[in-house]
Amino acid sequence: MTMSAQLAAEDDADLVGRSGGRRAVRVSTLRWVVIIGLLAFLIAPIIPLILWSFSFRWTFPNLLPTEYSMRAWEAVASPTNDVLLATWNSTVIAVVVTALSILIGVPAGRALGLYKFPGKRLVELLIVAPIIVPTLAVALGMHTLFIRYGLSNSLIGVIVVHLIPALPYMILVMAGVFANYDSAFESQARSLGANGFKTQRFVTIPAIMPGLVVGSLFTFLISWSEYVLTLLVGGGQVITLPLLLFNFARSGDNAIAGALAVVFIVPGILVLVFTSKHLSSGQAAMGGTGAL
Amino acid sequence: MTNVTLSKLTKEFEGKPDPSVDHIDLEIESGKLTALLGPSGCGKTTTMRMIAGLLRPTSGDIKFDGKSIVSIAPERRGAVMVFQNYLLFPYMTIRENVSFGLKMRGVSKTETRQRVGEMLDLVQLPGLEDRMPKQLSGGQQQRVALARALIVQPKVLLLDEPLSNLDAHLRDEMRELIRRLQGELKITTIFVTHDQEEAAVLSDKIALILRGRLQHFGPPEEYFERPASVEIARFFGGVNFIPGAYDGSVIATSIGKFSAPRSSIASGAGVLTIRPEAVEIGGEGANSVPGRVVSHVYAGRYARFLIDVGGIRIEAVSDPKRVSQIADGDSISLRFDPNEIWVLAQPTEGDGVSLGASEGGNGSVASVSGDE
Ligand SMILES: Nc1ncnc2c1ncn2[C@@H]1O[C@H](COP(=O)(O)OP(=O)(O)OP(=O)(O)O)[C@@H](O)[C@H]1O
Ligand SMILES: [Mg+2]
Repeated sequence: MTMSAQLAAEDDADLVGRSGGRRAVRVSTLRWVVIIGLLAFLIAPIIPLILWSFSFRWTFPNLLPTEYSMRAWEAVASPTNDVLLATWNSTVIAVVVTALSILIGVPAGRALGLYKFPGKRLVELLIVAPIIVPTLAVALGMHTLFIRYGLSNSLIGVIVVHLIPALPYMILVMAGVFANYDSAFESQARSLGANGFKTQRFVTIPAIMPGLVVGSLFTFLISWSEYVLTLLVGGGQVITLPLLLFNFARSGDNAIAGALAVVFIVPGILVLVFTSKHLSSGQAAMGGTGAL
Repeated sequence: MTNVTLSKLTKEFEGKPDPSVDHIDLEIESGKLTALLGPSGCGKTTTMRMIAGLLRPTSGDIKFDGKSIVSIAPERRGAVMVFQNYLLFPYMTIRENVSFGLKMRGVSKTETRQRVGEMLDLVQLPGLEDRMPKQLSGGQQQRVALARALIVQPKVLLLDEPLSNLDAHLRDEMRELIRRLQGELKITTIFVTHDQEEAAVLSDKIALILRGRLQHFGPPEEYFERPASVEIARFFGGVNFIPGAYDGSVIATSIGKFSAPRSSIASGAGVLTIRPEAVEIGGEGANSVPGRVVSHVYAGRYARFLIDVGGIRIEAVSDPKRVSQIADGDSISLRFDPNEIWVLAQPTEGDGVSLGASEGGNGSVASVSGDE
């Protein structure tokens, strides 16, 4: 079944690696072209932002700012400002949302990818629903509930509401991973003397790691860049980076908005760079759409 | 040294009307190599998984040395299973794979290093510690899987079709290796196969399972020389079955009377069976019948003839040189040596066993494959 497909895929990878000489060189050149292209795409839009953040005067016909200043960065770094708080909030929310997504998404993805059960199609549909239905509609419906349970205007409320768009991605990615996963490896580990916990630790988790990293990346970034839901449930009390960024952008202070945007983008790029290895390992990333 | 007892071991899966494993009773002796033999889907793997603790029996009991182990977790049973598709952990080196069981048991690094080296020597793969599984051939992976199981010195070793993914040459080598290691280490070993020849070559005793039920348990010779039923005889390559009335020394069939001193029944409705190798082409005198050659197959080391005797098809295997002397359509005489005839009970209605003379009844001889 899928095991053999996986083996076949691994064999292919092996072929590329082993065929040595010219082929390998060409593959690695291609890889670099792609990486550089991607980076250009990612970094080029940031350059004007960086310029803005250091500008004092930048008027229409000029290609570059005519006067520079550190004002925006001083403002961003100043403790009297909300930037540190917003960065902290954004980080805590995104990390907790990611952690919860892992806790819920891995078992859910396993159930969807590995087992057959009655009503599976329906469950799959329900999981994709938040991606299809506008989140705002869902969130508005939930807002009254949140108010009733005292979750509105609180960090916890924001975390919970972020799970609505984030969790489906984790589940979908993990369902794809588990569709290509052979649970017989776990039986083998048990038989060789690993208890349930050690089996998870040494067999299951390493096997699903690439997918786990990709899913976590998705959920982290979804939470990190969420604006509407944070505003709605946080009620302006829970300040995150997107909220702050939007405020400054609207007030027309391009320098501070630029500096904030840079702060906002950095984690995404860092995460991407650190996980590119897993992204390019294909198996997990592609599996994400394979299951459903 | 551990003996394994299965009592009324049963496994039913939801949604399947018949039990996959049906009240199997088996007494497996300590230190012996026992084969679980049977066609695909007869419940061999299911039985092994229950012994290993990877599947809970629906009912029945499994004992190691007289102590029930059904409620003991797989990692504490001391039974290690080697799966059909090796299941080497793909992201671990060979060393990490082989030492997995030791790591789980908290064995020290230095001892582990030494034992991994010794074990790889034992399975004749020295120096491969730092390779990854996918860099090894199928046969090498199989041996690593074996080493990974043996290194923890299991009480019971369970091998699920250990040789089925290997080509003929490697298979012979692995048979040799398993035989030798088992002889040296004296680990109670149960191995699954659907190949009767492999079971005969490797094991001390064979447990034949058909449709989830144990049919017979005994040494290999019993299956070939004194099968207990038509179905068992057929599974072990029997093709000639002629029904008749048996009086204890002579069986009267539609093609004649044959003296038959060897039988599994005292008397009554019987079935004469004789292995194709034992049918004497051209043999005359007592216990012989006239026939007509329908077709033949030349297989290099032997020739196989399909012969029509009064409407019943008989298969005979002979010296390949006979091919040049006998043509299809020739009339010849066949002799059944009385000491080669074995009389069985007639299968009862509903056993699903027919006595159709042979699968090659449409006029061609089924070619013989050594590993079917
Ligand atoms: N998890 C399961 N759920 C439902 N039915 C199962 C399950 N595992 C096995 N079976 C059924 O039990 C029967 C025996 O299966 P088993 O795997 O033990 O056969 P086997 O003798 O090992 O066959 P093979 O030689 O093909 O490996 C089969 O009919 C199979 O469909
Ligand atoms: Mg099997």
